[in-house]
Amino acid sequence: MTLKTRIIPCLDVAGGRVVKGVNFVDLIDAGDPVEAAMAYDAAGADELTFLDITASHEGRDTIFDVVARTAEHCFMPVTVGGGVKSIEDIRKLLLAGADKVAINSAAVNDPDFIARAADKFGNQCIVVSVDAKQRLSEAVGGDNRSEWEIFTHGGRKPTGIDAVEFAARMVERGAGELLVTSMDRDGTKSGFDLKLTRAIADDVEVPVIASGGVGTLQDLVDGVTEGHASAVLAASIFHFGTFTIPQAKRYMAEHGIAMRMDLSPEVK
Amino acid sequence: MSIVAIIDYGAGNLRSAAKAFERVASDLGQGHVIEVTADPERVLKADRVMLPGVGAFADCKAGLDAVPGMVEALDEKVIRGGAPVPGRLRRHAIAGKRRPRKGSDARPLLDPRSREKIKPNDPSLKIPHMGWNTITFTKPHALMDGIQDGPDGLHAYFVHSYHLATDRSDDLVATTNYGGDFTACVGRDNIFGTQFHPEKSQALGLKLIENFLGWTP
Repeated sequence: MTLKTRIIPCLDVAGGRVVKGVNFVDLIDAGDPVEAAMAYDAAGADELTFLDITASHEGRDTIFDVVARTAEHCFMPVTVGGGVKSIEDIRKLLLAGADKVAINSAAVNDPDFIARAADKFGNQCIVVSVDAKQRLSEAVGGDNRSEWEIFTHGGRKPTGIDAVEFAARMVERGAGELLVTSMDRDGTKSGFDLKLTRAIADDVEVPVIASGGVGTLQDLVDGVTEGHASAVLAASIFHFGTFTIPQAKRYMAEHGIAMRMDLSPEVK
Repeated sequence: MSIVAIIDYGAGNLRSAAKAFERVASDLGQGHVIEVTADPERVLKADRVMLPGVGAFADCKAGLDAVPGMVEALDEKVIRGGAPVPGRLRRHAIAGKRRPRKGSDARPLLDPRSREKIKPNDPSLKIPHMGWNTITFTKPHALMDGIQDGPDGLHAYFVHSYHLATDRSDDLVATTNYGGDFTACVGRDNIFGTQFHPEKSQALGLKLIENFLGWTP
């Protein structure tokens, strides 16, 4: 018996709709996040993440309805990230049916927010998003433990904060899991930033989800074997039907990674 | 008609639990009614009780204590009345702390004092124990009927940093392994507790809920 490596499809949602749609299976409405979630549930996804990238304040409440409808149909863990800024935001998402929330800017702006959130809801549901990019100039050393720095606002805003140091600080404050995204690799399909993933995974006690850059099934394997991640998150390779969840699981299992196969009929 | 009361005491994610129970009840078509309630009177009228739980034991206990009459209703219903109750371990500890039914074992099934931090024997293993793991039965139990255990069996979804050390082996129903064996399920008389989240455990969880709806301990 072993804890299995998780595959987590991530759906970008804006105004209650999947951004760019999902084309991997015959959905009645390719833009409905709940339909996509149900398809991933049936395919054996180990968890699901919704990233709410709604720009307008008015559209924000749509995510609660998406989460609530998903919880009616899917009996797998759901994480929601994007715009989580207050204890009240977290409470509303958990009540709607989310199992975990992913926090980014609010954690950077106020690290004690993570401590308050973990105290209130338990560290098992507090995921901190570590959005990191390679530094341009500053040397490593002193407060700069690593060659990566934290970015906010979807990778547009540098903070000068060292990524590995930040990750460790978030775990001390009560983060139960870290979602480590390479903003350099995101959308490039050139594979995870394995050095970044490993630097953080080897430094903290909590599980790390590798994110950003998946283009091939080997990238998923590398995230675990080289990056030491406990879970791998991917979006476009699944949404656009390049690979199915069962194909990914089979490939990872063939490469010696313990995977959960009991709900992947194509695999068994 | 049979009523299942899911206790709402202001903490945790009740919606997922309620939806999972509703789905199973609807598939069974045997007239089970699922009620999410903070009303002790409704609990006293229920045939089965579900005590959901996420988070720290102290918070759960405080939340339950804060609902007037709820602890007394559970005591009456579950401990003396014998209504079946499943739940997750830390919350069960709350029910287990009450005075036991006459003639049964006087010791709490789930004693918060027996809670221990997970210490995997492999230092590279992460804490929390978060994700999908298989379970191994240590004895037969009606709620586990039709569920395959062992390394090739179904998976349950775990998220926890602590586990319950049971010093009474006959309370133990199933274990899981993560750098060492620890408690996955405990059961005594009409009470059953899981460390994992049945409402998030897909096939295994839905089967467990189905078994619970038909359980006559």
